Amino acid sequence: MEIFWYITIAIVLAMFFILDGYDFGAGIIHLFFAKTEKDKEVIAKSAGLFWDSNEVWLVAGGGMLFMAFPTFYASVFSGFYLPLIIVLWLIMLRAIGLEFRSQFKFQMWKDIWDSSFGVSSLLLALFFGIALGNIIRGVNLGGVESGVSLYESQYFFLPLWDSSFSPLCESPGVIDWFTIIIGFISVVTLAMHGANWIILKTNSSINNKLKTVVFRLNIVLSILTVISLYAWQMINPAALNNFTEQPLFILFPLLYFTGVIGLYFVKKIKNDLYPFLLSSLLVLGGITSSLASLFPVILPSTNDINGALTIYNTTTNSYGLSVALNWGIVGLILVVVYFIIQKRMMSGKIDNMDYGH
Amino acid sequence: MEDMILYDRLQFAFTITFHYIFPQLTMGLSLIIVYFKGNFLRTQLDKYNVAAKFLMKIFAVNFTMGVITGIPMEFQFGTNWAKFSELTGSIIGQTLAMEGLFSFFLESSFLVLFIFGEKLMGQKLHFLTALLVFLGSWASGYFILATNAWMQHPVGYEILDNGKFVLENFSALFSNPWLLPAFLHNQMASLVTSSFVVASIGAFYILSKSHIEYGKLFLSTGVFFGVISSFLVAFPTGDWNAKNVAKYQPAAFAAMEGIFETEHAGAEIVLIGQPNMVEKKLDNKIAVPNVLSFLTYQDWNKQISGMDNFTEEQLPTNVPGLYYSYHIMVGLGTIFIAVMSLAFFFLWRKKLYYMKPLLWTIMVLAPFAYIANITGWYVAELGRQPYLVYGLLYTSDGISPTVSSGNTLFTLLGFIGLYFLLGILFLILVGKTIYKGPIAQNH
Ligand code: HDD
Ligand code: HEM
Ligand code: HEM
Repeated sequence: MEIFWYITIAIVLAMFFILDGYDFGAGIIHLFFAKTEKDKEVIAKSAGLFWDSNEVWLVAGGGMLFMAFPTFYASVFSGFYLPLIIVLWLIMLRAIGLEFRSQFKFQMWKDIWDSSFGVSSLLLALFFGIALGNIIRGVNLGGVESGVSLYESQYFFLPLWDSSFSPLCESPGVIDWFTIIIGFISVVTLAMHGANWIILKTNSSINNKLKTVVFRLNIVLSILTVISLYAWQMINPAALNNFTEQPLFILFPLLYFTGVIGLYFVKKIKNDLYPFLLSSLLVLGGITSSLASLFPVILPSTNDINGALTIYNTTTNSYGLSVALNWGIVGLILVVVYFIIQKRMMSGKIDNMDYGH
Repeated sequence: MEDMILYDRLQFAFTITFHYIFPQLTMGLSLIIVYFKGNFLRTQLDKYNVAAKFLMKIFAVNFTMGVITGIPMEFQFGTNWAKFSELTGSIIGQTLAMEGLFSFFLESSFLVLFIFGEKLMGQKLHFLTALLVFLGSWASGYFILATNAWMQHPVGYEILDNGKFVLENFSALFSNPWLLPAFLHNQMASLVTSSFVVASIGAFYILSKSHIEYGKLFLSTGVFFGVISSFLVAFPTGDWNAKNVAKYQPAAFAAMEGIFETEHAGAEIVLIGQPNMVEKKLDNKIAVPNVLSFLTYQDWNKQISGMDNFTEEQLPTNVPGLYYSYHIMVGLGTIFIAVMSLAFFFLWRKKLYYMKPLLWTIMVLAPFAYIANITGWYVAELGRQPYLVYGLLYTSDGISPTVSSGNTLFTLLGFIGLYFLLGILFLILVGKTIYKGPIAQNH
């Protein structure tokens, strides 16, 4: 039962990163590559139409996490208090940027909201990567200091950074060089993903250029991936053991690498849908591989006193999980139906769609 | 510790109050939009469609605000109330997760289609999307009230040795006697807000002599919905809620009604008076004897417990706040009924459009509908104090153990700053939409 909910939540959150990921990516591209007003407008529109329905995946994932693994939800959300609240603020600023940029015709108004959209998309991509980095690195659970827990064993509180910026120190902060690498991976991945989305959904004048951008970013991503794997081994020599013990899990990194390899051919691919699907694989593979490497742990502990949080010690009673199964299945089916309806109605390029303003 | 709790509570109160400004309009307005759209389908008169699409503009901005301010609400349970989340997640996680799956997805998927899909899908389907958005928003109110109802009157749970609440009976969450009255009352109250908003836009157009045709349409529709909802919010739904509070939270009931002393031969109803917490009495009191006993129990002489019957620990922590909130809500509710009935009468006699003072009153009253809603929530939430889960879990035991008060103060100030900006933007955009009028939207 725990495993069912774990997988469901993982899928919902992966959907969030795939879907909202493309509009974060569109924001990053918008920030660095969109020059003409027309391009800015369509790119913002390609994200603006959908961010709300994409973000629902986050809300739903959060709700299910709350229900199925309350201890984990409580521990992680209070432990990462500051970064999380900052993420919330960025989410707001980004949404305001998207919704309000085309409400007035003044250039200055547009510039303000464009940068609000672009910069917060970039920072969000970075922060989500850092968050993932923290999860796989683990935290100082229970706030252990010189052999004594300051808090109950499942709680912690991280400083934003430790002056050494090292994941190997006694109580690493939210930001250290390892989590930063993962943060960069996330930015690069989502930028590529966003570029592919723009290519798919718009006729913007920079589409051809974006293919080159994707190609180059892919090289950067490949390098970063290798570095991160090396660093990860260094922090935690057992990091990849799950993959040797559970051969099936290899599937997940395979998804990731299929994405990477496929995207080297982005310039040759004629159908605009394929690059987008490839970068979706990339996102999906990245997230699922990270989770699979930890399973059944969901938050490792960096000290020896308090054990890691797992799906078994953070969950609730089985009655609760099993009633939730009934409505959960119905709900998810409905969600898929809405999703298909929406994507079908809104298929095709969005340039000429009336944005209602 | 003390200031930790204080900042956590202030932050929650501030952010939820701000969030609640938007859903109350969303829920009522979506119904009015469905009504216009339905009228258009039936009569094929273009003006209904124009009106629906105009309100949709306002709705869209409002909805965005609701979403933006709603996301922090959900995460705040974990960030600021970690202990509470850990202990009760098994239960309120159910209703919150259901809200996400069953209502937010519905609303957000079909809202996009409603806004952009009219040309793509024809009028019947377009009406359907409006209907689905409406259903989604009411479902979301239902699930959130189920959550709140559980905190007010916990049911279907079991407490484990380690203090955790776990779900024992799922259907009890929805047959909770607190839920239905609260839900109906809340929905009617949000319809009051939306009716006043629509009517006041109408009054504004008539008074400023622009878009007069639509001004009349909005005014008459607003008054029509307003008179119905204003009555329903007081009776039976408000009355029903009051009876629930008397039954399940008698200490809160005594405080909100301002009864300091138990009277054995029936309790009086207080109309005016200021609670004096030192001398434990009401200053400047105007009250009608025995009416409260009658309203609550249909028995003029039934005894109602006053605050003297409860210990300090059982009483809500902020008695004056509770008392004033309640009297403001009920007082405004009475005014709404009076004004809407009058307006309805003159609408029927075909005089309303020429009665300047009444039009002004309606226009000015719109913000007070929001105030009534918000004070209503203060009644509910202050009445629940000092508990987070009534009678079982103290507020002070629910906060995050590792988050320091400095951090909470910092984020509270951040939210205040950001929401100030949001509020200004919201007013500018809604103002702009209203100023441009219904026709311009429809080029
Ligand atoms: C337009 C807004 C509005 C108006 C005019 C009224 N209410 Fe109300 N009231 C609400 C808006 C509201 C609310 C915001 O919607 C609340 C908060 C929680 C809830 O379910 O509804 C509420 C709560 C609430 C409660 C508290 C329930 C609790 O403790 O949880 C009571 C006892 C009443 N109402 C009773 C009344 C009565 C007797 C009214 C007579 C006129 C009345 N209300 C008018
Ligand atoms: C239905 C969903 C709601 C839930 C689950 C909920 C839950 C909570 C929680 C957890 C707190 C913090 C702890 C406390 O001080 O008691 C709180 C406080 C508060 N809430 Fe709500 N709330 C809800 C709706 C609302 C709404 C819509 C409003 C106002 C518009 C509101 C107004 C307040 C206020 C004013 C406080 C502070 C009370 C105090 O500090 O004494 N609540 N609520
Ligand atoms: C603490 C309590 C609350 C939480 C955690 C919460 C959470 C949320 C979230 C996450 C959203 C955004 C949904 C999206 O992404 O589409 C939202 C919007 C909404 N909420 Fe709340 N909410 C709370 C209180 C309330 C209350 C008390 C009501 C009404 C009774 C309400 C009604 C709505 C509605 C109708 C929406 C739809 C969008 C809009 O606001 O216009 N919420 N809420």
